[in-house]
Amino acid sequence: MTPRAGRVRKPGVAFFDFTCCEGCQLDALNLTEDQIMDLLRAVEIVEFREVKTGGCESYDISFVEGSIAREEDADRLRDIRERSKTVIALGACAHIGGVNCLRNLVPADAALQEVYGDAAGDYDILDTVLPIDAVIDVDYVIPGCPINPEEFARTVADLLLGKEPRLPRHPVCVECKMAGNLCVFEKGQTCVGPITRAGCKAICVTAGRHCWGCRGLVDDPNIDAQREILDDAGLTVEQILEEFRIYFSCGKEAL
Amino acid sequence: MSSTNIHVHHVTRIEGHADIDVILSDGRIEKVLWSVTESPRLFEVMLRGRDYGDVAHVASRICGICSIAHSLASIRATEKAFGIEVSRQSEKLRSLLFHAEVLESHILHAYFLAAPDFLGVDSAVSLASSDEDALRRAMRLKRLAYVLAEELAGRKTHPISCVVGGFAKLPDPRRLEAVLTALRDSLADLERTVDLFASLEMPDFARETEYIALTDPHEYAFLSNTVASSDTGSSPIEAFVEEIEEFCVPHSTAKYARHRRPSYMVGALSRFNLSHDRLRTRAKDAAERLGLVAPCHNPHANTSAQVVECMHAAEESISILEELLGAPLSSPRVEVVPRAGRGIGVVEAPRGLLIHDYTYEASGAIASANCIIPTNQNHGNIQADMEALLPSLVDPSEDEIRHRLEVLVRAYDPCVSCSTHALRVRVGRTEARGARP
Repeated sequence: MTPRAGRVRKPGVAFFDFTCCEGCQLDALNLTEDQIMDLLRAVEIVEFREVKTGGCESYDISFVEGSIAREEDADRLRDIRERSKTVIALGACAHIGGVNCLRNLVPADAALQEVYGDAAGDYDILDTVLPIDAVIDVDYVIPGCPINPEEFARTVADLLLGKEPRLPRHPVCVECKMAGNLCVFEKGQTCVGPITRAGCKAICVTAGRHCWGCRGLVDDPNIDAQREILDDAGLTVEQILEEFRIYFSCGKEAL
Repeated sequence: MSSTNIHVHHVTRIEGHADIDVILSDGRIEKVLWSVTESPRLFEVMLRGRDYGDVAHVASRICGICSIAHSLASIRATEKAFGIEVSRQSEKLRSLLFHAEVLESHILHAYFLAAPDFLGVDSAVSLASSDEDALRRAMRLKRLAYVLAEELAGRKTHPISCVVGGFAKLPDPRRLEAVLTALRDSLADLERTVDLFASLEMPDFARETEYIALTDPHEYAFLSNTVASSDTGSSPIEAFVEEIEEFCVPHSTAKYARHRRPSYMVGALSRFNLSHDRLRTRAKDAAERLGLVAPCHNPHANTSAQVVECMHAAEESISILEELLGAPLSSPRVEVVPRAGRGIGVVEAPRGLLIHDYTYEASGAIASANCIIPTNQNHGNIQADMEALLPSLVDPSEDEIRHRLEVLVRAYDPCVSCSTHALRVRVGRTEARGARP
């Protein structure tokens, strides 16, 4: 059958950002030139403030980057949800609050006072920074700080093919072993790889560091964790979570 | 009397959210206001109490475009506080990593954020139908910069391997050889980039201001500890931070900064004005073809200066790689022993002077942190340029006012995530009017 390309409306894709560094939307385009050209043939980018002038009324797929830190941002997010068929949390800030959670360790008033001094009263922020699923229903997640561009490309391809995008259900340790890395615990350091969802190919350990947990917890860390690694190190899941607060300090109370 | 308000909400094609408001009264510009509306990010609070091993990881997340600049400013601040000097090899690897980010960030701004204004398209993506060659060239150059950073630090956005004391892991020389070949091949793409931007017509506007950038007597500086001002000459960074004043402005979530005058400019144009004689050969030639002559007082020429710096970054990277690959790489990292004290780390981020000022406790945890961001240093100058630009327009329409202000702002390549984060332009007349954009 002859494909009728060109007559079918291409899915409209939009990118939005809230409190974040905007690195994930840039990394979404960190693909080869052929991959990007393929993407542009398959979808229409209808709104992307950072690289495009103009907007749109409704969206087939909305990628949302960033955490929610102000009431006005929560309102804007709800509006995006209403106008979107599918909402995807793009990156750790949207997914689990990202590094923004660190602000939750300090009362909001004190934090404003420290940065803006006498002008602190001019700013209005939520008591805690929130991931987007604390405000709206989210259909899918592309985790990571930053995201893995290949995972982004795969998710888009799945959606276009009508497949359900799936995240790995095993911890980073599995990919780390496949990468041939020496275990961080063997080096006498600690790591949250045993309880963090895989999908990054253990990039931080491969590059000489440890896992910080930016992709969030595996589905059931107390069961699925690489228990023997933690047991050998004499650690519990709770202990390493306490040590690695950067990505695990986010309030989950819904607005 | 009739008065109109023009409001540009969330200016597009810049990094982050900011607005522009203009009030016209009887056709005259009564007021123009540049304001940053991004949610406050409070990184200074987020950094306090962090162990030195995590500090650059967090500081990098201030900005996804210039995360290498933030990482290295952070690492340099920590090293100064601890009294650590890294090896010459580490300095060279850092310089190489830095030039990768300069190339990537400038290509992103020049092609994707600035050029659409001059090519009559809403985004560079539209070039897919009108000039696919240019779009592919931009993506190739960006990708090459990413690959170089990946080989050196594991990743371009939020680099992993660069750490306090040097590198956590050394790059693979065989893979660097491949990048070197790709960089040599990229010079042709960069020459065509210069041709493209030389063909665009730059808005005719000039306002002299104070230009500030890092300098070095021997090279076009991105990593140095000496700051130069076109008004006051050179001083060590420690003296310079005492001379600048950071202040808050109502309705702007970003802080502002001033030095000797009410405002100053940082970024590619400032660097070019202060260090143009230390550019590499092809970069000097590029400046000539772009009609860029120092001192240049047209802020729109910042984009041209970025194109010049792209060429310089490629030439410099080739030279550093040739030197590094001439001998085996040695141990990656010097020993790190924390101590109490203050350290000021400074770099020339793609958008200009970036300062991380940390005070550490003896345990190696941060007691206090202050980050002075390039875009925050430019906010006052953007405002002053807007005030000077508008009266020079002859009988402008609202659309023209809006367009000229947006083009001006984009030339600065503001990074509002850094400065806190977003760009809105409001133009308003006092009589009530219907729909806003």
